Amino acid sequence: MKIIKSIAFWTVILALGILVEMLGRFEYINPYVIQVLELIGINIILVSSLNIINGFLGEFAIGHAGFMATGAYLSAICTVKFHMPFALGFLAAGLLSGLIAYLIGVPAFKTFGDYLAVITLGFNMIIVNLLNNLEYVGAARGMVGLPKSTNFIWVFCATILTLIIFRNIIFSNYGRIWTAIRENTLAAEMMGINVVRSKMVAFAIAGCFAGLAGALWGHMLQYINPSSFTYLKSTDMLTMLYLGGVGSLTGSVLGAVLMTGLLEILRDLGVWRMVIGPVILVLIMLTKPLGLFGSRELKIVQPKSDREEVQKYVSHAGRKHNNEL
Amino acid sequence: MAMLEVEGLEVTYGNIRALRGISFKVEKGEIVTLVGANGAGKTTTLRTISGMTSAAKGKVTFNGKDLLKTKAHHIVRYGITHVPEGRGMFGNLTVKENLELATWTRKSKAEVKKNFERVFSLFPRLSERINQKAMTLSGGEQQMLAVARALMSQGELILLDEPSMGLAPILVKEIFRILEEINKEGTTILLVEQNAHMALKIATRAYVLETGTVVMEGSGQELSKDMRVKEAYLGG
Repeated sequence: MKIIKSIAFWTVILALGILVEMLGRFEYINPYVIQVLELIGINIILVSSLNIINGFLGEFAIGHAGFMATGAYLSAICTVKFHMPFALGFLAAGLLSGLIAYLIGVPAFKTFGDYLAVITLGFNMIIVNLLNNLEYVGAARGMVGLPKSTNFIWVFCATILTLIIFRNIIFSNYGRIWTAIRENTLAAEMMGINVVRSKMVAFAIAGCFAGLAGALWGHMLQYINPSSFTYLKSTDMLTMLYLGGVGSLTGSVLGAVLMTGLLEILRDLGVWRMVIGPVILVLIMLTKPLGLFGSRELKIVQPKSDREEVQKYVSHAGRKHNNEL
Repeated sequence: MAMLEVEGLEVTYGNIRALRGISFKVEKGEIVTLVGANGAGKTTTLRTISGMTSAAKGKVTFNGKDLLKTKAHHIVRYGITHVPEGRGMFGNLTVKENLELATWTRKSKAEVKKNFERVFSLFPRLSERINQKAMTLSGGEQQMLAVARALMSQGELILLDEPSMGLAPILVKEIFRILEEINKEGTTILLVEQNAHMALKIATRAYVLETGTVVMEGSGQELSKDMRVKEAYLGG
């Protein structure tokens, strides 16, 4: 019964995605709206992957656009230079970005806090400068002629899968380790947790998904250049993250949807949208410093707690306790 | 061979010599306590054993294995659990999650389940608070959770740093009663305490530390009757 229910649930979700894709193809939905929806999906992947480091692990990384850049460029090289199918470039982008993130973790996690922030920012700058001077990928002119491979259904499935994967990791005993490190690093180490390695794994996972998002983004716009991936892009992600709520997957989704949507809705205001957006953010920070969702989650995101199992121990222990009294 | 052997251990923090060559041992099944004033080096000793602080000189072995060259997260796997001063809660996680995390080094589900039952029968209060965040617990409950967590990871030897700190006398009594019970079930305990009176009462053997050296040793009873200890730590 439970299985049928969940199959039905996911079928409806998938059908919804296909419906939007089809409506877009036959131009019942404006292509502009479709692109905004795609952008929202990509931002959700970016923000929730950043949330693993800044929210659940409790570190402060501010160079996430660097991993997005490696993903975008790697996938573009695959499709443009080697004429590989997009799916292959997409996977390669994720894997390599994850690997690069892991390697950066080696020096980065010898330190923490402010120092880690500086190192990640530095890495972001290194990537951008490298791309700016690499003639093979068009240097500052960027790469053109990327196939239009990203469509709504690609982004939709990638976003949903990302959220499912993150949710399952975060609520597993392994994912709890990250929260434990955030809450009390010393105590975590005393429990036999290899703190540095756990942090590096988190970093690699976050980098991997940022790379995937980069690949989607590049093949959506069909054009990438280094200046799209500067620290300003990283700041955008941080803004969405802190708007939605650090340490909450629901918050990441909400932050990405609100901020992306808001900037599009305010497009008519011209330059003023760059004022109104931040003002709204300041107001939210003043009234809700932990972001809209704080570290809470929607019920649907939380796993069905093994409450009954716990209840069994409780009643057992309780009985014993009562007998003693 | 004793379970834990510490020989000529020296630890320095910069120019300060926190431990000036202390030696002691803990036999299997004992409760050994280190008493002494602030700055005597009690906490440093525990931290060095569990690998949180590195030593300048000396030897620490656990069941024959050299601990000084071992990383902290491996020492836990040898069977030593450290309950740090200030309890080391994961404040935003629930009681259950705190306990589950302690089973990280244990893979067998049946064992974990058995440990849950054992912990909840020792600390019925925790079972009532199972889904509550650790930071919302009272000081005494947090200390119970800290000890419970140590039991979950099933160490052969538990290092306890000031379990009585900041607790009401009645709770201190309760904690010490439970420590004795755990010990009877076969867990060896190395206890660091400022509350020398309680510590000496339950200890099999005790060592008195003063500015980084062991100045006295003996059975718990002997030391609690010793005039010098009485004057210095038991209030005359």
